[in-house]
Amino acid sequence: MAEPCAIVGIGQTKHDKSRADVSMAGLVREAAIRALDDAGLTWRDIEAVVIGKAPDAFEGVMQPELFLADALGATGKPVFRVHTAGSVGGSTAIVGMHLIESRIHERVLVVAFEKQSEGNAQWGLAGGRSGGIGAGGAFAPFVRAYIERSGAPEYIGWQVAVKDRQNALKNPYAHLRLADISIEKVKDSPMLWDPIHFLESCPSSDGACAMVLTDEAGGRAAAAANPPAWVLATAVRSELSTFPGRDAVRPQAGVDCAHDVYRQAGITDPRSQIDVAELYVPFSWYEPMWLEGHDIAALGEGWKMTDRGETEITGSFPVNPSGGVLSSNPIGASGMLRLAEAAMQVRGRAGEHQVDGARVALGQAYGGNAQYFAMAVFGSELERVG
Amino acid sequence: MATIRDTDIAIVGWAQTPSVRRSAQSEPQLCFDAIQAAVEHAGIDRREIGFTCSGSCDYLTGGPFAFVANLEAAGAWPPISESHVEMDGAWALYEAWVRLQHGDIDSALVFGSGKSSASAPAELYPQQLDPYYLAPIGLDPVSMAALQARALLDAGKATERDFAEVVARSRRNASNNPNAQVRGEVDIDKLLAEDYVCAPLRRHDLPPISDGAAAVVLATADRARQLTDQPVYIRGIDHRVEPHQLGMRELTASASTTLAAQRAGLAVGKPDVAELSATFSPQELILREALGLGPDTVINPSGGPLTANPVMATGLIRIIEAARALTEGGQRYRRALAHATGGQCLQHNLVCVLEVE
Repeated sequence: MAEPCAIVGIGQTKHDKSRADVSMAGLVREAAIRALDDAGLTWRDIEAVVIGKAPDAFEGVMQPELFLADALGATGKPVFRVHTAGSVGGSTAIVGMHLIESRIHERVLVVAFEKQSEGNAQWGLAGGRSGGIGAGGAFAPFVRAYIERSGAPEYIGWQVAVKDRQNALKNPYAHLRLADISIEKVKDSPMLWDPIHFLESCPSSDGACAMVLTDEAGGRAAAAANPPAWVLATAVRSELSTFPGRDAVRPQAGVDCAHDVYRQAGITDPRSQIDVAELYVPFSWYEPMWLEGHDIAALGEGWKMTDRGETEITGSFPVNPSGGVLSSNPIGASGMLRLAEAAMQVRGRAGEHQVDGARVALGQAYGGNAQYFAMAVFGSELERVG
Repeated sequence: MATIRDTDIAIVGWAQTPSVRRSAQSEPQLCFDAIQAAVEHAGIDRREIGFTCSGSCDYLTGGPFAFVANLEAAGAWPPISESHVEMDGAWALYEAWVRLQHGDIDSALVFGSGKSSASAPAELYPQQLDPYYLAPIGLDPVSMAALQARALLDAGKATERDFAEVVARSRRNASNNPNAQVRGEVDIDKLLAEDYVCAPLRRHDLPPISDGAAAVVLATADRARQLTDQPVYIRGIDHRVEPHQLGMRELTASASTTLAAQRAGLAVGKPDVAELSATFSPQELILREALGLGPDTVINPSGGPLTANPVMATGLIRIIEAARALTEGGQRYRRALAHATGGQCLQHNLVCVLEVE
């Protein structure tokens, strides 16, 4: 039997277009120190560090964990570097959870970051060549296929874009703070990759996220002062980038990954048993696509949840109360932020964007050509759902 | 050896491609060959593998997301439970070993790959250094290894002849290794008569530039016994890092290797054989001291990284060669040590202790 894992400390940086006030080391330390403070621990208490980020080409440093080892207080400790495309922040956290669950370590720091202002992400995504189509160019055909398949009206994407930016106004760490966001503004913003408008796209951000993980005894000891989030389930899945007959709108890896975490957590009806979800939505349409892609909504029904306002903070199934990737996108950290924000919800520590009574939360990250998935379910109690 | 516990993990299959200066195959093709052969060696159905983990480096390939293409070789359809590390495949093996402790799966596939032929090491590796203080001065791996070698000489811990002896023995050992790139008998005095590339290092003190891939299949103890009559058990595995700046480290020693070896349980007894990721000849002397290895331990019977160095697979190949030494060749070895390294001048080190019954 695996050892239960508790999240006892969570920290993130202020995300911004350029955090020119800090180096990469300063950025990861800002998040890590906040996570340690939240846990009431110091660097000395940490036994191992797991670090993740998206391609090294984004900052132009090969294997930056080597030079960041000093800043992360890791001398004489294990530093482990994960890279699984856009899902990396999620899978980095999961690798750290495995170190607790296998009883190899008792206190692990997981950290993920991206400092996009150090380089040019579009150039990086294009493999260092010109003429790249960007992530939006890669995903737009999948979005169009979803719209055609589901018959969703075009304003659904605009609604998600507005909702997530309004949520971000309640999140002090969010990069974009668009107080005057409106359906009209989104609709009138430039078309980048049909049907994705400028304001339906994620920003490029500098930012980092960190979490302190510990075992059952550590989680229970922390509970008196500061409630932990209990890890009820984790899973990762990968599939090939492309092949004839692949369903890129609802990738099988995403379906399998969701079913795996639901089974582990004892969830039989995700729509009613999950109180809040932080889903990786870099382009607005991915909200309904993942609601269907992870069997939260029936096929063709995801966009109706959005349309009825069910995914708003006050709705029956809040999605991305933090503002999500649409409001802050330090790519390598974006996946960990989804898990961290989900964990904050079940700890009751999400501040202004707290969902009332959240006890079970889903965190999800995806990457590559919508082919890498990392998912986790957290609970306010260490007990299976249902 | 100690009693086998249910949580023990064993190596049940392995394979590597021959290391070559420039392979005509793509990296996914190299991975495919290694994976197919390792899975066949393990006698397992690929579809029953519970977890897959790989190690590779975008910068070697020269493009972001290079590892995504390697997924093709892993056969990721239907979808698989899979992860990737931007480190040597030995660390991918570590992650798989961790994952197998949970008890819900009983086998895992690990692979590591790299094509160094795509780039010039002297241009590439400065990008691995601190971008604010070190990368701008363009410090290259050979110069850094030479600084380390000079420190070793100045400390009176070694002579240039010691370096050459490491080289001569490595090449002699590689004569029996079909996957090695450099091999043969060499005269130590002739080696010492060669010019320096970067004093005190001569060309033969440097590793070859290699393309290659390697794969390993792991299984829980129960499953391993079903698959083979000679599982190679992982008795301990651990890794530790040191500060990045060379000035912050004692370059003539490897404190992180010593610590990782302690954590990996090396104290239970001297290994009969050790495969060390000493990519520059002086580093072998440092590692031997850090690990307390004396004349009773056979060092790098494969020839080691001085004869084949497919970066990102080199460390995983050490684990494979250690497993081979325990099971092939009729040497009746019982315990082996495998070492992997990352970064420059032995910054990050992994030690794996292997045993057979």
